[in-house]
Amino acid sequence: MHRAVHTLSLEATDLYEKSREKIAEFINAKTPSELVFVRGTTEAINLVAYSWGLNNLSNGDEVLVSLMEHHSNIVPWELTAKIKGFTIKYARVNPDGTLDYDDFENKLTPKTKIACLSHVSNVTGVINDVKRIAKIAHDQGSLMLVDGAQSVPHMAVDVQDLDTDFLAFSGHKMLGPTGIGVFYGKKELLEKMPPFQGGGEMIKEVAYSQAKGQCAISWNELPWKFEAGTPNIAGAIGLAEAVKYLESLGMDNVLSHEKALTLYAVGLMKQCNKVAVYGPSDLSKKCGIIPFSVKGLSSHDVALFCDNYGIMMRSGFHCAQPLHQIFKLESSARASFYVYNTEKEVDRFVEVLKEVEQF
Amino acid sequence: MATIEDYVSRIEGTCGAEKDVIVIFKYEKKEEAITNILKKATLKNTIAGIIYELKYQDTSFRLYASGKAIFRSVKNKEELNNLLAGLLL
Repeated sequence: MHRAVHTLSLEATDLYEKSREKIAEFINAKTPSELVFVRGTTEAINLVAYSWGLNNLSNGDEVLVSLMEHHSNIVPWELTAKIKGFTIKYARVNPDGTLDYDDFENKLTPKTKIACLSHVSNVTGVINDVKRIAKIAHDQGSLMLVDGAQSVPHMAVDVQDLDTDFLAFSGHKMLGPTGIGVFYGKKELLEKMPPFQGGGEMIKEVAYSQAKGQCAISWNELPWKFEAGTPNIAGAIGLAEAVKYLESLGMDNVLSHEKALTLYAVGLMKQCNKVAVYGPSDLSKKCGIIPFSVKGLSSHDVALFCDNYGIMMRSGFHCAQPLHQIFKLESSARASFYVYNTEKEVDRFVEVLKEVEQF
Repeated sequence: MATIEDYVSRIEGTCGAEKDVIVIFKYEKKEEAITNILKKATLKNTIAGIIYELKYQDTSFRLYASGKAIFRSVKNKEELNNLLAGLLL
């Protein structure tokens, strides 16, 4: 990649960089150099926390996150806060799982240096108005980071329209391979940020001075400054192919399909005697994720029962323990839909739920 | 002589506040494990042979046809190993 001159290396480099161009176009980045390949959303947020955070945050500064965040948008900030001494503010979530916008906006003050928010909650499917929050954040002089793990796969996301400074998402949630993800950052910010990891590819020069006994190091250009070591070439190419497929379906169609399935499923689940569905009653505020519980059974009982019929669902905290504390739940089961799911499958799922209710 | 390890692939804490322990049986030994457990534990409830609610030595637990068991209120690894030894061996 970018190093050898032989044919296969050049072909691999070409495919890798064309994948970057395709994905940059998919999220409407201004230039492919704003798009960094990472392992996934978690690594992208860690990249911001460690590269930007450690160099721009100090005692007295604040980072604002919401209580609906996935742990990957909490823990990197908690870790770097321990190093730099800044404060993390947590914005409240309403009992129905929607964001308390008043609380989020009140906590956005001139002390806030970055506001971090999920575009879509991985527990409830609630869609947050990140464009509105980005505007308020910028008015207060703060940056905006959007966790797009649950939005980029399910709806059209335009980083220029949202005016977000950073965006993170993962390949495996959008029909792509595991171990590949994307970190987007505005070029002017990425240029000022130091590398996150060191090694090959991310350097322009490592010049040893015999007189000084030291190496003088200069960084590569964007985006390679943030891509140390041999990248996940196959993963990036696979993700670009997934993007092409999703584009062929149309992202608006993807979202409307999921919303229709959610509406259909929630309607049927409400007919169950022991099933409680969580999240907003206004289903227009969410996409294809339904957290629920069955009275008298743990979420794992439900998931293991459904597994027996080939119905796969997550159970537990879904890496969002604070939100479960708000819901006063020990854990929840989560049904989620994507482009390949059908109403017939929802019917089968609800039949199985009615069966497990009898336990 | 058979050991617990002959039957058990992994033991993990479940995700969630319940602090339950999930025992995952080896794929090739799960039928034998389920048969042994059903012989020794007292059946309290079942649904379609997919979930079994069982009791053994005052400990209630659930067994799943897919080859897993969830134990609640097990104090430590030693107690769990004793239960598994009694149920499996």
